[in-house]
Amino acid sequence: MCFPQVEVLDAKTREQLCFLDKVCYHRTDPHWYPARQALKLDPRGKSLRDDEILQNLPVGTTATMYFRDLGPQLGWTMVFLAEYIGPLLTYLLFYFRVPYIYSHRYAFTSSPHPVVTLACACHTSHYIKRLVETIFVHRFSHGTMPLRTIVRNCVYYWGFSAWLAYYINHPLYTPPSYGELQVNYALAIFVICELGNFSIHLTLNNLRGEGESRRFPVPTKNPFTWLFFFVSCPNYTYEVGAWVSFSIMTQCLPVAFYTLLGFIQMTIWAKGKHKAYNREFKDYPSLRMAIIPLIL
Amino acid sequence: MSAAAPGTSKAAHGDVAPKKKKGPGALATAYLVIYNVVMTAGWLVIAVGLVRAYLARGSYHGLYYSIEKPLKFFQTGAILEILHCAVGIVPSSVVLTGFQVMSRVFLTWAVTHSVREVQSEDSVLLFVTAWTVTEIIRYSFYTFSLLNHLPYLIKWARYTFFIVLYPMGVTGELLTIYAALPYVQKTGLYSVTLPNKYNFSFDYYTFLILIMFSYIPLFPQLYFHMIRQRKKVLGHAEDYSKVE
Repeated sequence: MCFPQVEVLDAKTREQLCFLDKVCYHRTDPHWYPARQALKLDPRGKSLRDDEILQNLPVGTTATMYFRDLGPQLGWTMVFLAEYIGPLLTYLLFYFRVPYIYSHRYAFTSSPHPVVTLACACHTSHYIKRLVETIFVHRFSHGTMPLRTIVRNCVYYWGFSAWLAYYINHPLYTPPSYGELQVNYALAIFVICELGNFSIHLTLNNLRGEGESRRFPVPTKNPFTWLFFFVSCPNYTYEVGAWVSFSIMTQCLPVAFYTLLGFIQMTIWAKGKHKAYNREFKDYPSLRMAIIPLIL
Repeated sequence: MSAAAPGTSKAAHGDVAPKKKKGPGALATAYLVIYNVVMTAGWLVIAVGLVRAYLARGSYHGLYYSIEKPLKFFQTGAILEILHCAVGIVPSSVVLTGFQVMSRVFLTWAVTHSVREVQSEDSVLLFVTAWTVTEIIRYSFYTFSLLNHLPYLIKWARYTFFIVLYPMGVTGELLTIYAALPYVQKTGLYSVTLPNKYNFSFDYYTFLILIMFSYIPLFPQLYFHMIRQRKKVLGHAEDYSKVE
């Protein structure tokens, strides 16, 4: 029987880091935990997946792999917790008008407008929902995310929520032009979209639970999932809907701008997912668009 | 300033011999040659305008007014380059090119044009001169590259002059923005205050200060990128001459 030998070289310096024999192996630096390691067959190529089997790879009896340090990594759960705790708490700082944000005569005062309290409730429950989903609902595929990406994402989420919260909770905030009518309609759409988004996450979660055969998501008995007739990623559709309604409810341009950015990013993701579904499943419904029914 | 010339070959991933990238078709090449020739000519007009105005007046002050129109026209025209990248006839990044062009356009229109009081500042001459020399070299570089007859002098100039011109331009730009600050604050130019119907505010004064600070991380990155490019592009020529 022939056992393959594997040598692992540093992708940049080409020095030998590790040599796997069938009996024993020598490791050079134990602080590179597995999640941080990228192994490739070609120094400039793609990384091998964690579940690749050595025998199935195009190597001879001696395999040479190139090692790349991906930098410090954080588990997905921690990533999302970090990203979502920020907006949750920073918005509240602005809502309660903590000192040094607005002029000091407004410190710890509250807004006379009911829409401001409503907006706080909506924003807060949106992020609580996200945290609950992160902890109890989502099951993540790849283990980790690099630290640099997390910092960048946190800056984005935390920064924007602070910017939005600043205007909505400002002493000079102007309530919507069409008053209670505008606020109530927007609130209704917001709630529908939040429930919709949650339903889709549950549906996608149940999809993972099943056996080996991969299936694409389909509408269930839950009416919120009927959006699957029209789009591949209704979770993003509902998310955009929630933020659009939040913009209308607060009539705040920064919120609309944030919504636009989120829409652009989610459209990119949705289009990618839509393309992946179409490639993987031959019977994928042709009526479906990526994110906006019949349009996008 | 650091946009790659069209037709530059890149080693294909994994190949042993470097393959030449397909590049723009014949029509696109013709259009690009015309575009680059026109731009070279335009910046030459600005250069000549500056020299003539200096000779006529006998001083460096207030030369901006003599080249204001061609400067605005040709610098704004550079927006087409973003389109070239987007359409794919130029192999550069849309984002990088967009960023570079828009920062020039911003300085031309949102600072120099908008704040009349800075137009007579010497810092304006500083960046206009830097831009003019850079662009004449850059556009002739592209023209010759497209025609596959690039004189070494032009290539050398493109990858060497920036060493002085880039800091010179940045200094002129920063000084000009700094000079504009008091006028922007006084007049509330391009600023929106609360309260308003859309619950939005924008302070152009603070925005300009943030722009100035952004030069600190950005300038070294772009500068050292050009230095690295210089080693790569001009370094090869030295190696070949050593071999011979």
